[in-house]
Order: sequence, then C-alpha cells, then structure tokens
Amino acid sequence: MTELTLVQAVNRGLQEAMRADPDVIVLGEDVGVNGGVFRATEGLLKEFGADRVLDTPLSETGIVGSAIGMALYGLKPVAEIQFLDFIYPAFDQIVSELAKMRYRSGGQFPCHVVVRAPYGGGIKGGLYHSQSTEAYFCHTAGLKVVVPSTPADAKGLLRTAIADEDPVLFLEPKRIYRSVTGEVPDGDHRVPFGSARTVRAGSDVSVFAYGAMVPVVTEAAAALEAEGISAEVIDLRSLVPLDEEAVLASVGRTGRAVVVHEAARCCGFGAEVAAVLAEKAFYSLKAPIARVTGYDTPFPYALENVYLPGPDRVVAAVRDTVRAG
Amino acid sequence: MAATASRPSAPAPSEDRLGGARLVDAYRAMVLARALDERCLSLQRQGRIGFYAPHAGQEAALVGSALAVAAEDWVFPAYREMTVALVRGASLQAVVDQLFGDAGDLAKGRQMPNHFAFRDQHFVSASSPIGTQIPQAVGAAMAARYRKQAITTITYFGDGATSSNDFHAGLNFAGVFRAPTIFFCQNNEWAISLPRERQTRSSTLAMKAEAYGFPGVVVDGNDVNAVYAAVRAARARAVAGDGPTLIEAQVYRFGPHSTSDDPRRYRADAQVEEARRRDPVARLRAELLAAQLLDEAADAALAEEARTRIGEAIGRAEATPALEPLSIFDDVFAQPTARLAEQRTDCAAHLAPGGRSS
Repeated sequence: MTELTLVQAVNRGLQEAMRADPDVIVLGEDVGVNGGVFRATEGLLKEFGADRVLDTPLSETGIVGSAIGMALYGLKPVAEIQFLDFIYPAFDQIVSELAKMRYRSGGQFPCHVVVRAPYGGGIKGGLYHSQSTEAYFCHTAGLKVVVPSTPADAKGLLRTAIADEDPVLFLEPKRIYRSVTGEVPDGDHRVPFGSARTVRAGSDVSVFAYGAMVPVVTEAAAALEAEGISAEVIDLRSLVPLDEEAVLASVGRTGRAVVVHEAARCCGFGAEVAAVLAEKAFYSLKAPIARVTGYDTPFPYALENVYLPGPDRVVAAVRDTVRAG
Repeated sequence: MAATASRPSAPAPSEDRLGGARLVDAYRAMVLARALDERCLSLQRQGRIGFYAPHAGQEAALVGSALAVAAEDWVFPAYREMTVALVRGASLQAVVDQLFGDAGDLAKGRQMPNHFAFRDQHFVSASSPIGTQIPQAVGAAMAARYRKQAITTITYFGDGATSSNDFHAGLNFAGVFRAPTIFFCQNNEWAISLPRERQTRSSTLAMKAEAYGFPGVVVDGNDVNAVYAAVRAARARAVAGDGPTLIEAQVYRFGPHSTSDDPRRYRADAQVEEARRRDPVARLRAELLAAQLLDEAADAALAEEARTRIGEAIGRAEATPALEPLSIFDDVFAQPTARLAEQRTDCAAHLAPGGRSS
C-alpha cells in the first residue's frame, strides 16, 4: 500500500501499465515535457522516451484519430484530452469511429483506445474547464465510461481500462485530484468494470453518486446520521456498464433513492438510474426518486458554488425523500 | 530519394511502370470494376440492393494505387474503394455479399453497401463521415514505425474531404511525426453538388501538403501508370523514413454521388460527356491494343469473364440466407454487458412465434 493523491494514482497506474506492456503508448497535449497540465503524466517521458510519450499538436481530432489508428494496428494507446470541455473536436472520432469500429466491421477490427479526460467543476475553471458531459458518451453504444472517486479506484479502474478489449472513456474528477488521498494497493491492482462500491451502508435511503460528488454525498450522510437518518452511499464508479444489481439491491433494502451528479439534470445519468429503478424496483419504492444535480444552465464561473450540488442540497433532498414515505 | 532495395516489404524498385502482363492485369481489374459498377447501379434501381455509390471514372486511380502498395501495407478507405479491396485479394463474393447485407457479409450487415471491411487484406472498416479515416491512417503508420515494421499506410478520400477537420488534423500530425502515410486524394471534381472550385480557393489540392511540410503531387488519375508511379514513389519515401506524401489524382465522377443523388440538378450533361472522352478504361484499352498486348477478341473475353463472375456472385448472394436477427447484439463489446444480454433476451422473446409483443 502507498498513500497517494488521486492524480498520483492515475500517474502510477499509467507508469505501471507502461512498464508491463511496451504496446501502451501515451499521447496528448503537453503530456511529455510538461508532464500534463495536471501532472498526471509526470515522469513518463523521462522513463519511457519520446517514442511512447507523445506531445501532440493541439488537435483533439488528431489525438483520438491517430490513437484509433494505433489501436487498429495493435498498440494500446492512452490518449489524454486536457479537459473534457475540449473533447468535442474529437466527438466524431469517439462516437462515429472508436465506439463503432468493432461493431461496424462485424468484429474484424476491434479498437481499444483509452481516452482520459479530467472533468467537472469546483476549480474556478469557468464555463470551459468545468463541465460534466458524461451523458453524451453513455448514450453511445460501444463505449465504456468509468469515473473513479478514490486514489485506489483511480489506479485500479485505469489498469482495467488499459487491459480491456473495448474503448473506454476514463473521466477524472479534477476537483479532487489532490484534495483526496488514500491507500493504493501496490502492483497490478485492478477494479472490475460494472461493479459499484458501497461507501457506507445505511437503511433509510440509497444515495447514488460518482466522481467528485462521492465526498459531497459522504459528508451529507454524516450530517444526516446526526439527525437519525441512515443513508447508504453507493459510488457507481462504472456508468457503462452499470452495476444494476447493486443499485436494485440497495433500493430493495432502503426503499428510497436519491441520485446525485454535478452534470445538468436534463438527460443526465441520474435520469438513467431513476428509470432503471422505476422499471425494476417500483414496488420497493416508498417515496419518489429524487435527483440532486447541476442546473440546466451553462456552467457559471463566479457562481459555481450555486450551481454545484453541495452537502446541503443532498441533505435537503434526502430529508424530503425520507419524509415523503 | 533513399533506396528501398533492402526493405523486403517494398516491391522491387525497378518496377516503376506496369508493363506487359501486369498492365493487362491492371486492365482486367479495371474492366471488372466498370462492369461491377454498372451492375450495382442496376441492382439498386431494381430494388435488389439498398444503396450504391459508384466509382466509374476512377478505375485507373483505384487500380494503379492499389497495385503500387504492398500486401502488408494498410488501407484506410472511404466508400468508393471496393476495387482496391478486390485488387488486394478480397473475394468478389465477399464484396457482393456486403452489398446485399446477407449472411455472407464479413461485416454482418452492419453498414450500408460500399462500407467495406476486410481484415485479411488490411482494408480497414470504412464509415460515412467524411475524412475520419485520415488521422487513423497516420496513427497506424506511427504504430508500424514504433514496431520497426517498414510498411506504409494509404488513405483514400475525395476533394470534399480536404475541407474536413480530419484532413487538416491528419496531415498536420503526419508532418510533425513524419508518419509513413500516403494521402491519396481522388479529386473527382464534385462533392455531391459542390464543384471543386467552390471547395477551396487553392489552385490545387496537392499544394495543401506544403503547409504541413511535405510534398504534394498532382497526377493524371486517368493514367494508370502515372498513378502507379506516383504511389510507388510516395511509398518509397515513406518506408525510407522520409515521411508522408499527398497525391491528388485528378479524375471525374461520371455517375451520381450515390443512387440517392440526381446530378442533373447541379451539372450539365455536356460536362460529363466531355469528361467521358478521358475515360480511363477506354484509354488503357487503346494503349493495350496499340501495344498489341491485347486484341479485340481478348478484350471481349475479358469483358465476358467479368460479367460472368459478377452474375455468379450475385446469384450466390441472393441464395445466401439472411442474417440471424439476434446478431444485432454481437460485437458491441468484446463480451456483452448484462444490459445487452437482457435486451437480447427481450428481443428473442419478441421475435419468437407467438412471442410477447412488448
């Protein structure tokens, strides 16, 4: 075990994967000499050289497009998109090409690329360094989408992503890159996809979250406990594939559900979780499902704390849900 | 230009022209391409296939380029390159099965006609968005070089694609990383309804390479040997480590953009008739006759051979069973997710005789 921050755990995961397999290549803007704007790739250029750590021109289309070609040829590229907000020039490559390559070729051309992207608010990054648009990608068949919230999961999910046979969008909650530290297992630690993590057990209500909202929800759960409300906190970790079994089992026990994400509400991932519960756990529910989310506004700069769900909004939603039935 | 003789993957450097039997082989491939094109248009009009994007007028560019690269090279095509796949050894039956979307289609009926994928021929799956294959070809070339394999990648696209994001991203990456890639632009003068002169103010498409720091060349795309020589030279540069080349093969799209298009809305028949005077198939035929590499009887036999092979392949395709309905759930991921497995079960119940209807 080693105590690491979340971003250090990402770095460690990359380093260990590259040591284990010469086919693993890292490419992106400022990932080499600069070690990444968040330092996620620090030290990799020095250890692995410029053939494996590629500082690319400023073109997300070029980064993901060339990564697809590398993967088709048999390498295992890990492409960094500097901020999720800047991924849209590569949207066509990700959605039309990467996600569909295996399917459209009848399985002849599997295409395994990991696209890493820091996402989310809370860093005073304004409109274009703060968004959480995971739902665009979850809507796309053929793409896996995972979001760690702890250093151990950051390394474990990243190692799984790099070893996986399918394309993976690996979203890193940059707000907690350094504010969260934790013990990370040494060696080839892997966290399977499609497996939610119970952060704390509870009996009155299930609260589902992922990424930077997990510590927010955990703080809310502690406050609720003082009021006598027992909240179960589930970190989804893997949005596609989703651990439906864990979601349904938790609500089967508690009878109440609150879904929390910082993405905008309309068609956000919480809508999918709520729909699964409505379809498959309706008769277990004692109260309406609640969502605590970012608002359906663009992401505001000066007032980001108004926009982002905090423990107070989670506490209020849980109280309402518990009182409702 | 650096010598390539020591590279086992490169064709012998003395062969800078197709001659004799190889030129006749090129002609045979072009005759097959033309006959297949005409037959596919009629199959679509008869409702026997759903769609078709013709390549008539581009046969010399397709065959000349395909013959100039090696089997171990990788092709990143657009959707008018079935002839390239055939030259590289894809079976005519596999091509026709793709057009019909039957159980013989190697891509399992997942895409419209013309969107081929042939793993064994290193012919990467084509898509409809324009230009997306261009940076992919660059990445594959970078990967080959990383593995110290002296091959090249060749990517096909049209004049319209030179306005796409991916064209600029791909060429810029190729220049920066000196990727062993051949950018093969078939400038057929029309991007659906938009003429070449409205696509760009540049006087040629090839000159765009200069901005990315590597050579761009214009070649008469109706001359199979001119195309062959240009691609051979580009390939030699690439495998010698001298970087990419952009080739603009100037051709003309005789037919519609696709069977969904009516070109009379945007161009005059007279222009098409004028272009047909430069027909690459007729041109090579005249050359072969003049060089006495072919006579009228042999030419007629080639045409008949093509028609027969195509007719037989179509007959077999129409006798091939339809795809298994539940195969739509295959190949989304390497292994189906629980959710996909559940949807597959629901779909199976729906499809079963007397099955539930929800």
